[in-house]
Amino acid sequence: MTSSPLIRALDRSAVTFILVLVAIGVIVPLLNLALPPSSPWHVPTYLVALWGKYVCYALLALSIDLIWGYCGILSLGHGAFFALGGYAMGMYLMRQIGTRGVYADPIRPDFMVFLNWPELPVYWYGFQHFAYAALMVLLVPGLLAFVFGWFAFRSRVTGVYLSIITQALTYALMLGFFRNNFGFGGNNGLTDFKDILGFNVQAQPTRAALFAISVAALILGFLICRTIVASKLGMVLISIRDAESRTRFLGYRVENYKLFVFTLSACMAGVAGALYVPQVGIINPSEFAPGNSIEAVIWVAVGGRGTLIGAVLGAAVVNYGKTTFTSGLLAPYWLFVLGSLFVLVTLLLPRGIVGTVRHYRGAWRERRNAAHGRGAQAAPKPAE
Amino acid sequence: MDARTTSALLYLDAVSVSFDGFKALNDLSLTVEAGEMRAIIGPNGAGKTTMMDVITGKTRPDKGDVYFDGSHDLTSLDETQIAELGIGRKFQKPTVFEMHTVEDNLRLALKDDRTARATLAWRETAAEQARIGEILGVIRLGPVRRRVAGSLSHGQKQWLEIGMLLAQDPKLLLVDEPVAGLTDVETHQTAELLREIARVKTVVVVEHDMTFVRELGVKVTCLHEGSVLAEGTIDQVSANERVVEVYLGR
Amino acid sequence: MLSCERIIALVFALGLLIAGALSASAQNFDAALAGFTKDSYNDTDSAIGAVAASGNPLALDVIQALQDGRLLFSGDKVFIKDKAGATLDAATGKPAAAPADAANVRLNNRLRRSVEAALGGLTLMSNDPARRYEAAQAVFKSRDANALATLDAALARETDTRVKRALSEARAAVILYQPGAAENDKIAAIGSIKERADQDARGLLAGLPGGQSATVQKAAADAIASIDNRLALWNMVQNAWYGLSLGSVLLLAAIGLAITFGVMGVINMAHGEMVMLGAYVTFVVQEIIRARNPALFDYSLFIAVPLAFLFAGSVGILIERSVIRFLYGRPLETLLATWGISLILQQAVRTIFGPTNKEVGNPSWMSGAFELGGITVTYNRMWIIVFTLAVFAALLGLLRYTRLGLEMRAVTQNRQMAASMGIRTARIDALTFGLGSGIAGIAGVALSQIDNVSPNLGQGYIIDSFLVVVFGGVGNLWGTLVAALTLGVANKFLEPFAGAVLGKIAILVFIILFIQKRPRGLFALKGRAVEA
Ligand SMILES: Nc1ncnc2c1ncn2[C@@H]1O[C@H](COP(=O)(O)OP(=O)(O)O)[C@@H](O)[C@H]1O
Ligand SMILES: [Mg+2]
Repeated sequence: MTSSPLIRALDRSAVTFILVLVAIGVIVPLLNLALPPSSPWHVPTYLVALWGKYVCYALLALSIDLIWGYCGILSLGHGAFFALGGYAMGMYLMRQIGTRGVYADPIRPDFMVFLNWPELPVYWYGFQHFAYAALMVLLVPGLLAFVFGWFAFRSRVTGVYLSIITQALTYALMLGFFRNNFGFGGNNGLTDFKDILGFNVQAQPTRAALFAISVAALILGFLICRTIVASKLGMVLISIRDAESRTRFLGYRVENYKLFVFTLSACMAGVAGALYVPQVGIINPSEFAPGNSIEAVIWVAVGGRGTLIGAVLGAAVVNYGKTTFTSGLLAPYWLFVLGSLFVLVTLLLPRGIVGTVRHYRGAWRERRNAAHGRGAQAAPKPAE
Repeated sequence: MDARTTSALLYLDAVSVSFDGFKALNDLSLTVEAGEMRAIIGPNGAGKTTMMDVITGKTRPDKGDVYFDGSHDLTSLDETQIAELGIGRKFQKPTVFEMHTVEDNLRLALKDDRTARATLAWRETAAEQARIGEILGVIRLGPVRRRVAGSLSHGQKQWLEIGMLLAQDPKLLLVDEPVAGLTDVETHQTAELLREIARVKTVVVVEHDMTFVRELGVKVTCLHEGSVLAEGTIDQVSANERVVEVYLGR
Repeated sequence: MLSCERIIALVFALGLLIAGALSASAQNFDAALAGFTKDSYNDTDSAIGAVAASGNPLALDVIQALQDGRLLFSGDKVFIKDKAGATLDAATGKPAAAPADAANVRLNNRLRRSVEAALGGLTLMSNDPARRYEAAQAVFKSRDANALATLDAALARETDTRVKRALSEARAAVILYQPGAAENDKIAAIGSIKERADQDARGLLAGLPGGQSATVQKAAADAIASIDNRLALWNMVQNAWYGLSLGSVLLLAAIGLAITFGVMGVINMAHGEMVMLGAYVTFVVQEIIRARNPALFDYSLFIAVPLAFLFAGSVGILIERSVIRFLYGRPLETLLATWGISLILQQAVRTIFGPTNKEVGNPSWMSGAFELGGITVTYNRMWIIVFTLAVFAALLGLLRYTRLGLEMRAVTQNRQMAASMGIRTARIDALTFGLGSGIAGIAGVALSQIDNVSPNLGQGYIIDSFLVVVFGGVGNLWGTLVAALTLGVANKFLEPFAGAVLGKIAILVFIILFIQKRPRGLFALKGRAVEA
């Protein structure tokens, strides 16, 4: 327990998990780029993009798990931060189009020319620079989360109340972004991207690189989350989750802790959205739809909240299922499946996949230790 | 009035609290001197827990003054600030962090920098480790230190919560019904423990159990319907006609 | 039919008016008719005026025929072709065969306006008050000076106050725009127009031709200012009405949610789908009625309300028994599970009924509108407000005076205590959930009258309903009422300034900020039970 927080974060399952992610991040792009399409091991580019999308979702799920699984904040509006990050990236990509747009305007994106906007709105300034856009990817969701959280947590809005107003938040943003005069392309959103940092977004190597970068972001996000939850801060978060007012009486400033993880989590969601946009090629206001945010929560529930690894796994599993379902004959039944997933997981698998596995493994270990006469000393957490 | 004129560690003057018209505290005045241990008795619903809620900032009084250490107006502070001033509380219903181990519960309570930044970078010092070991010895939970608190028995949770109070190292300890649901032996041990603590701290104990209060052997305040009914030694108080009436008359 | 009526009316009116001058007017009429035979627009125009002013009983028919292209001429004779195709002599009104070379009297746009003005003047004498009123309005707009004589005559014998007012307003309009009118008359006219106080009156005064005397100008300006005030006032009343209407819809949708949230502390995300089910029950009921017994159509809603209540209520109880009761004490999980149920219900309805909007009709007593002062009130909105209040009152009564209500209130205030006093909280939970869902079903019946019935119906209301509940506070139906009406009215008042979407966003932001101030709503229950 005297080791540095980062070391403590890297328990055996975390290390294994990171190694697996690294392997995926290296091997998938390699199989795509290095092998000829004829090879049975070749990964087609469309799959790279699809999996890249899953990886972004996984990062979003991770950010939700950090606040819900560890701090009990059920945000039903995290899709808003994801979408804001996505829009920030989309704005950069729009400005990269330049004269290649339909109206060939060097400054204004097509939709502004179409709507007869005489000039670029001030809040679009600077987005031609990647560094600025990247900063905004973190800053905009982070700032919104900070302001929102500052109000909400200080006045002790908790539980379902908080969930409902986060939902209202993303709903309000959706309504706003649907409007043309908000200056973000209205209904259609931002699309028809050409290149990113000078590379064609459609090109195979760019896609492979984006995939690898997304995996790297996921690993980084995982490391950050692990470090937090393995630190004393993580202990305080769990205390807040389980007995908020008790934590206050111990002298912890609960609202500051919540604000910290909430803001951090929003930034992570923003990064996820920013990586998502160049891979799917579009961002539009429907990303703000409350349904999306709730769906992301169910990924976490399926994988197991409060486990981090489960969030990533859940996002991958549910989205893989969704893709399979909605692309086949069973497409009309997907909503039945998704709906049942919500019901069944909360009823029958409240710990999620990873949580359940851990639970049984823990129980098994305890029994084994008890058999060896070391019962009381059994460590519930890996103590390496 | 100038609160500094009082030497009392805890000073309540004419405090009233009402819930939807019902007066839970009614012009309650009470002072506790530094270093003193005080037992508060009173029938159910007398307002004992509400009084603790007022002191710890959970409930705001409708009127009245509450001062700590002569100069801190507790009615204008929130729970966290009050805890930081050095007021620790054990709840009537034992509340420990069920998902954390016994050790971790103490770790969280241990007096330390409580900012988020500090907890993120926190590493345990040898002194802290030793202190935890010490407290575990006092509350007799050493053998179960790695168990999650949720799996403890009721009595063990009561003790763990007292242990957390010790770890907090407050100036004033508010202990709400520490022996509810304990066996006689445990009750006796708890009384001993509290007397031990009271040697160096100021303690306010709320309890029903008269044998326990008698065992503590300290000044007793009896509350009834939100105000003080009688004050004095346990013998004086239990001889008071009105106290007898309140306890037995209904 | 109509023309016959009109003739009678005219005969009657003119009989009173100009009894002695009949023969003279007959000559005028003949002379006027001759203008139609010249095939020149100018002559036709003066003929229109002359015919209208002649006071002849046939004048209306002639002008009407001219408007419809049924006025023929041949040589110096003018004929009317009636709706059945028979031709009449325009001068006598007797059947007469028209020569083969008879041609239509032609009109251009300028003449059409003259025709309209003339018709307006002529219908002033109709014996149907509604038609007279319309005619007066037409004159008010056309300000046709030719109508002045008829107006005066009509005013003299008018008994209906509403029509009388319209007539004097029309007269005022004509006088005001007559270049030669005396200043005093004009001022009086302005006064009368000011009384009317609507957009048209304002337009009339604002459009006053130049060259008026200073007094008239000032009077007109004052009148405009006064009209603007009145208009603003009515505008507010109208907004308040719309707001009330929106508020009642919100209340209807939210009230069931408020009950379940209050008693059980769970947010039912499938609540919107209960509303949707209620709307589909209405649809099915109407389909069956259409197929079996169309005469019952006007009663379809009365049949649908209990059915929707029962159906949605049973679905609610089913959900509570099969899912929610296992999640008691885990409100966030309940949120997720009920969201899942909402997806399933939506998709189920989509599978059965298809994804498109379903046609749900308004019974006759639900359609149409009436004017009330300066606002228009539609019947469907009005009945929905009445209905909502009735449901609210019924619910209030149920909570206050029944055993179930008592037990529900007990559980809301302190679940443990209620349980220890022998209340079967599980049963109360199920019934509460059923009641809340049933009311949502009823809300669906009402909403089917004003909204599209599609599987997504519920989604449109759910967030607003949540906000109403959160805003109003838990465990107090009055809070829900105040919250719903406040939000409804606020929404409608913001709309003109901010537009519908921005108004909505403003409301959302307001509520988000409000929750910060009063995390438990306007009328929150206090107590330990709530904090647990
Ligand atoms: N938050 C609250 N809301 C409503 N009533 C309360 C609340 N807290 C306490 N009360 C009431 O105040 C009275 C005093 O309660 P309490 O202080 O818990 O008594 P004691 O601890 O002496 O048994 C009781 O009648 C209780 O019901
Ligand atoms: Mg008590």
